[in-house]
Amino acid sequence: MESRKSVVLIIPSEIVARGLKSILEESREFLVEENLYDCSRSGKARLRNIDPDVVVIDPAVLDFHGRKEGRNIIGEVCDSAVVALEGPAVNEDILRQYDGAFSLYDEHSLIIRKIRNAIDSRQVEPGPESGELSAREKEILVCVAQGMLNKEIADKFNLSIYTVISHRKNITRKTGIKTVAGLTVYALLNNLIDTGSVQ
Amino acid sequence: MKEILTPDTVLSDMIDINYSLLQVVSRIGLDLKYSGLKISEACTRSGIDPNTFLLICKVYSSNEYVPSKTDIAHGNISDIIRYLRGSHLYYTGAALSYLEASFDRLIAPCERRRREVIRKFCTDYKEELVKHFAYEEEVVFPYVESILEGSRAGDYSIAQFEEHHGNVEEKLEDMKNIVMKYLPAECDNSGKISVLLSIYHLQDDLRRHTYVENEILVPMVLNLENYGK
Repeated sequence: MESRKSVVLIIPSEIVARGLKSILEESREFLVEENLYDCSRSGKARLRNIDPDVVVIDPAVLDFHGRKEGRNIIGEVCDSAVVALEGPAVNEDILRQYDGAFSLYDEHSLIIRKIRNAIDSRQVEPGPESGELSAREKEILVCVAQGMLNKEIADKFNLSIYTVISHRKNITRKTGIKTVAGLTVYALLNNLIDTGSVQ
Repeated sequence: MKEILTPDTVLSDMIDINYSLLQVVSRIGLDLKYSGLKISEACTRSGIDPNTFLLICKVYSSNEYVPSKTDIAHGNISDIIRYLRGSHLYYTGAALSYLEASFDRLIAPCERRRREVIRKFCTDYKEELVKHFAYEEEVVFPYVESILEGSRAGDYSIAQFEEHHGNVEEKLEDMKNIVMKYLPAECDNSGKISVLLSIYHLQDDLRRHTYVENEILVPMVLNLENYGK
């Protein structure tokens, strides 16, 4: 039992929540602790107490502005991986901030796999703030500077797209630089690329 | 600070206490020849609504100021737009050129190809900002003016402006970090400091400018749109 990953759901639909709970628990890999239904203050307090391995959230519980920050709202409360439910309320930009995402129409084994990957992608995080980029981060930074998309980078290194995103977040956290243009200049000034490879 | 921002304060006293408000005076088009008069009087003579002028001054003098519904209901949209246009002129004219020039001086000692890449970052940012302003000048302001004249044009609505209002701050933030931490040793410290000062100044100014757009202009136009219906 102990090896099961704990899951908290934040899903307003009882039908969806119960369905998901049964799929996750059937696999014997996960244990659904609770559905919080929404992101209210008491819900967040509860989340802090449980501190699960993964949170599955329907971003529709957040208002339009909150949706963009949804990942951070959870991040402030606990260090869980956060997986979003795809749906009409979310677009790709919103999904990108999460550690993973799946659709209600995904097959049951795919859902499990996506949640598993999301948890793994959190492991990428290196210990303390060293400020120094890891070898993998440097490789990814070079690709970003050359204009490659996350999907292309994922294919090149055989990583999941969420792992790439997680690396990119770490690169930004360590360098303080967010935009592709800024990262290109950074890569150049640190001799990770030469001027010839920048258009 | 706040008690000086009243219609009865003499304009020159207000400036004396907080000279950064000179930016508002200049952008809204208040003539300094009236600086010896009370704000209410100086504004009226320059054809500006004193409450609207004070509303913008409050945004510039405090980070905590949140305009009340009454403040917004009493503001004059044309004067807000006048200020925003003046503000755009200042950015695209003085502020960005100055930043670009001091940036150029800073990176002058760098190797040529490197310099070009860093420079391109700066010019791209400038172009992005100019494009952002152009959208407001060409689409948003004329739309608002058309409602004011009672001839609401097309199927545009101010809600679209909010959607369009992308983030112009990220690149500036990146530029700040690059200058502060990552420029090669041949760039000198005093040059970095002078560029950083203009970046911080611009950043702060843009935030207040955006605040006026999002928290004052947009609610005012929303009121107007709803009233018109």
